[in-house]
Amino acid sequence: MSKSLPRASGYFRTSYADELPLVQTTLQRLSLKAVLLALLVFPFFATSFQLDLACQVFLAAIGALSLMLLTGYAGQVSLGHAGLIAAGAFTAGILAKELNAPFWVTIPAAAVVGALLGVVFGLPSLRLRGLYLAVSTLALHFVVVYLGGEYETKRGYSTGIVVDPPKLGGFELIDGRLWYFVMLAFAVGTLLICLNLLRGRTGRAWRAIHSHETVAEALGIGIAGYKLLAFVVSSALTAVAGALFAYYRGFVSVEAFSLFLSIQYVAMVIIGGMGSLLGAILGAVFVTLFPYAIENGMRLLPGAEKLAGAVFAVNYAAFGLVMVLFLVFEPQGLVGIWKRLQSYFVLWPFKHRPLASGRR
Amino acid sequence: MQLYVNIAVLASIYALIACGYVLIYRVSRVLNLAHGELMMLGSYLLLTTASLFTGHPYLAFAAAALLALVVGALVYLFLLRRMTGEMVLAAVLTTVALGILLRGVMVLIWSASQQYPREALGWANPAIALPGGARISTFALLLILSTAAVYLSLFVFLRFSRWGIRMRAAGQNPLLAAQRGISLHGVYALAWGLSTFTGGLAGMLLAMDSGLDGTMVVIGLKAFPAALVGGLDSLVGALLGSLIIAAAEIFLIHHVDPLLSDVVPFLVLIAMLVIRPWGLLGTKEELDRV
Repeated sequence: MSKSLPRASGYFRTSYADELPLVQTTLQRLSLKAVLLALLVFPFFATSFQLDLACQVFLAAIGALSLMLLTGYAGQVSLGHAGLIAAGAFTAGILAKELNAPFWVTIPAAAVVGALLGVVFGLPSLRLRGLYLAVSTLALHFVVVYLGGEYETKRGYSTGIVVDPPKLGGFELIDGRLWYFVMLAFAVGTLLICLNLLRGRTGRAWRAIHSHETVAEALGIGIAGYKLLAFVVSSALTAVAGALFAYYRGFVSVEAFSLFLSIQYVAMVIIGGMGSLLGAILGAVFVTLFPYAIENGMRLLPGAEKLAGAVFAVNYAAFGLVMVLFLVFEPQGLVGIWKRLQSYFVLWPFKHRPLASGRR
Repeated sequence: MQLYVNIAVLASIYALIACGYVLIYRVSRVLNLAHGELMMLGSYLLLTTASLFTGHPYLAFAAAALLALVVGALVYLFLLRRMTGEMVLAAVLTTVALGILLRGVMVLIWSASQQYPREALGWANPAIALPGGARISTFALLLILSTAAVYLSLFVFLRFSRWGIRMRAAGQNPLLAAQRGISLHGVYALAWGLSTFTGGLAGMLLAMDSGLDGTMVVIGLKAFPAALVGGLDSLVGALLGSLIIAAAEIFLIHHVDPLLSDVVPFLVLIAMLVIRPWGLLGTKEELDRV
């Protein structure tokens, strides 16, 4: 973990063990507590619409975090994220529909299917890099979606599979508030998995592969194994998100997993900021809430009724525009803005860090 | 016989689209994933020029093709020029974002419903009987002919003309080319213009043959495997790849399952990436430069 700026003023570690704790300073501990408290209290004041938004954000955050592991840390590009989400959703949907499997079976099953698919998605990465790898994941996305569509038509669910709400400890999980806590638990769990992977040997290996493959290999890192591991972990987490999505919506259909969804996840990673878990979460929040913000903004415009039909297209165009703007003007993403803000206040009244301290 | 005619038509559609991917990739190493959208934009431009120049269908067609050329160059000058020298992937993602932006804007301007530019131009599309009992529509035949013409002129252009040689030089070694006084931005803009022009041409002919709606983007994306199977930096390869992809698609649809249509190109693509990632006629060291 690179030292963040506030700690640059005199906080020094004296042993390797000091590096390990996830929460290191009092300020961090306090803000963590505040955030947790806010997250726990939020559902008791929120409307059902806000709860739904929060659940969508948590779902997107799981997907974005897992894509960040793969792309932001291990450096393996994937344009097939929606295919993995579809795989998880279809695993949960098919198991629940055909075998009446309960929640606690379908979720791990989705993770297993995701992990297996991760191997498939990852195998090309052993030979291909960059662009070609992105293209191969894109192609696999189409294959997965095709298989899902094939299942739907062959079994006669041409409009999609209806998934009954899961039962947890005897009662059905329908209530929005209950869903909120389930999603929160899964999202926090994913975050912890990512944090732990990244501060250990695995995370260091991934970062080494990202920086320079040949050097990483010379350092004794098994490139093939760690690349595949990145794909497997990321895909398993994504598939779990997909299974949750299936239960949450109560409905699985291939139409939901278009290429656009993959691009949305890539956008989360880019808009949030490459190589940062905080970025993944910020990106997930941004991309999920963005269409609702546009919709509300359009309602304020004169002649709102006439524009109602165009909301979808405006959303599309605005999303593309924002993505272009971030790529061109702010490649570091929201995290980049946040870091600049931090250093502005730390360095104030100066604009630049003095040369003597050298490192960022 | 009809089967072979269908293959020839589909192959020439893919080939006409794929040469756009190849042109841009060969010159600037950028994969333009907005090609499908740019192609659709070309056919919508035809719709607009058709209503502007009522009664002059040829003029409308020429104006739309010229506009497509200009749009392509503008895309480079205003957007992709900023990504020159950045990570290749950032440039590719920019084209993806551009595609989304264009799709939204096109729906806003021209609505999402199906349109028929051929009716707007007042042209008919009679089927022509071929020997052997097969039939082909006029515009499908025109599509095959224009694909042949486009490829022929591209070969001549790249081999003999001054700008064509500049384009090849920029593709082989941008640094050396710039040192020798070749304007890289000019060459790249020209590549984008030509690519959008050929893509737009494909889009217009396709729209006149079978109508114009959002599914055209899918066709644009399905032509991409054709470019890659042949080798992303080889025009002959794109021709060969299109033939392979089209043949595989038509045969599998006919003999196995119509649902396969959207996935066959990508299955062939995966097979190719596993066996020979640089494509049938591509250059091998390409891979490490990416």
